Amino acid sequence: MDWPALRLSLQLAAATALVLLPLGIVIARALAWRRFAGRRWVEAVLALPLVLPPTVLGFYLLVTFGAQSPLGRAFEALTGHTLAFSFAGLLLASLIVNLPFAIQPMQRAFEAIPADVRAAAACCGMSPWRIFTRIELPLAWPGVLSAMVLTFAHTLGEFGVVLMVGGSIPGETKTISSAIYDRVQAFDTTGAGIMAAVLLGASLVAIAIAYSTARPRDHAHG
Amino acid sequence: MADEAARGLAVRLEQDAPIPLAATLACAPGETLALVGPSGSGKSTILRCIAGLHRARAGRIACNGATWFDPAQGVDRTPQQRSTGLVFQSYALFPHLSALDNVAAAMSHLPARERADRARELLARVHLTGLEGRRPDALSGGQQQRVAVARALARDPQVLLLDEPFSAVDRVTRQKLYRELAELRRSLALPIVLVTHDLDEAAMLADRMCMLHRGRTLQTGTPFDVMTRPADALVARLVDLRNVFEAHVAAVGTGRGLLWNGIGLEADVAATFATGERVQFAVPVSGVVLHRHDRPSRGERENPVDGTVAECTELGEDTTVALAVPGTGAPLWLRIPSHVARRNDVRTGTRQRVSLLASAIHVMRWLEPERDAAGG
Repeated sequence: MDWPALRLSLQLAAATALVLLPLGIVIARALAWRRFAGRRWVEAVLALPLVLPPTVLGFYLLVTFGAQSPLGRAFEALTGHTLAFSFAGLLLASLIVNLPFAIQPMQRAFEAIPADVRAAAACCGMSPWRIFTRIELPLAWPGVLSAMVLTFAHTLGEFGVVLMVGGSIPGETKTISSAIYDRVQAFDTTGAGIMAAVLLGASLVAIAIAYSTARPRDHAHG
Repeated sequence: MADEAARGLAVRLEQDAPIPLAATLACAPGETLALVGPSGSGKSTILRCIAGLHRARAGRIACNGATWFDPAQGVDRTPQQRSTGLVFQSYALFPHLSALDNVAAAMSHLPARERADRARELLARVHLTGLEGRRPDALSGGQQQRVAVARALARDPQVLLLDEPFSAVDRVTRQKLYRELAELRRSLALPIVLVTHDLDEAAMLADRMCMLHRGRTLQTGTPFDVMTRPADALVARLVDLRNVFEAHVAAVGTGRGLLWNGIGLEADVAATFATGERVQFAVPVSGVVLHRHDRPSRGERENPVDGTVAECTELGEDTTVALAVPGTGAPLWLRIPSHVARRNDVRTGTRQRVSLLASAIHVMRWLEPERDAAGG
């Protein structure tokens, strides 16, 4: 068992889910209720990571993060180390890859809140922030939780993009998926099997949580 | 008008799109005004404008001396700043909160410790004691409507707005809720605006009604006045007066005032009309009386008219009869008890004599047919 790799994967998954929680809510809410020009395009771009091969996405991110790119240069000037092959780069890539996993369940959840219920809250004199915390968030919570769990589980298992952007530097960018690959390459089937079983268990737990939170929501609006 | 606007609700709304609006209405404290019109007549939009959920292009909304909306002056208060209580057609209760919390959610103007007691009081007022802890999905349609009413009152609003609040409940529940609302409105000293497409509902619950068509207020008055003395043929059709005919004024004042396809009719014609003027008149079906074969009437002001029964439909205890009167295009409708129809042998094809009661004839200014042509 490669404990540093598992710890790194957990850190990456937790950080990705935490950053995408507020970001996803803001974007999902806007996509659910606001009508603006180009909304469909924004939705399409946000869904792109779902269909793009991870190596292709990883390649473009690597180019974007590289020392030759404006972003890479700016990051290096600010922090003194490169964005590519670093944990920060890995996190940024992970955020981009997970946008659809975070936003889509949240967007569906916000869309399911009837417009009249939000209007009623305003007519009750509740401030926009209070409407958000007392009405919208509790009603959309199953979708938000489901998005977080999916994001976490997906990050834990991400391989292609992580390898392209982060390489597989032990303790820095080597995640558990990369570790499994390394073990298989080294004919260590037992080691790979243990780690694969850990990921399988984590995925099953995630799916169970996502499904059990989805059900009461369907009931509430059904 | 200025005094009325200062003390109650005064609304004027104008816009061309997306829904055309040209509406003016006023509602005094303690008064219930029904906004009545067919689907798409803009009644719910007007209600949403008052609540601040929809913004008209132009107009003015003022309540108790405060201007809520006046784009010319740059005034447009948010729903939070308007103090309205709105009961939605769907009730729009918060599904994750109990009845008590639904009501308490509208009490941000009260200290937190007072909210639960006040919410309990309001729920008791709408006869929901004992159900405070239930969520909306564990309440019946009628109970949900009561929670919605209690929540609308929770804010101590300056106006109560009801958007077809009885459309989603069964008939028995509806009758019960009518009685409860009638009782409630007696104890409330605020303007109540009720949106409905049901004329009977408006007649039962409202002090005045405002007839709407395509966003335009056509006529405002007591329900009895609007329904029996419509301003024109369009209002007559909207209040389901089927007997609307074209005639000419024979004489102004009382007497044989109308000439209807060669038939002189006893009717009171207001002095605002001129002799010879082309007009329309309406007679409610209750104003058309069947003559008994064995006892013909010779009443002076009874306007006897002969015709052939073109259609005769028994609907429960009543029978609706369409009488084709020679020389008049549309049939004359009347409703008689079914046993009277049988006793007088009222069948399709038989000849009958009826009276148009002079007191029931209402003369209206002529309305161009194209404006009246729209479906309802």
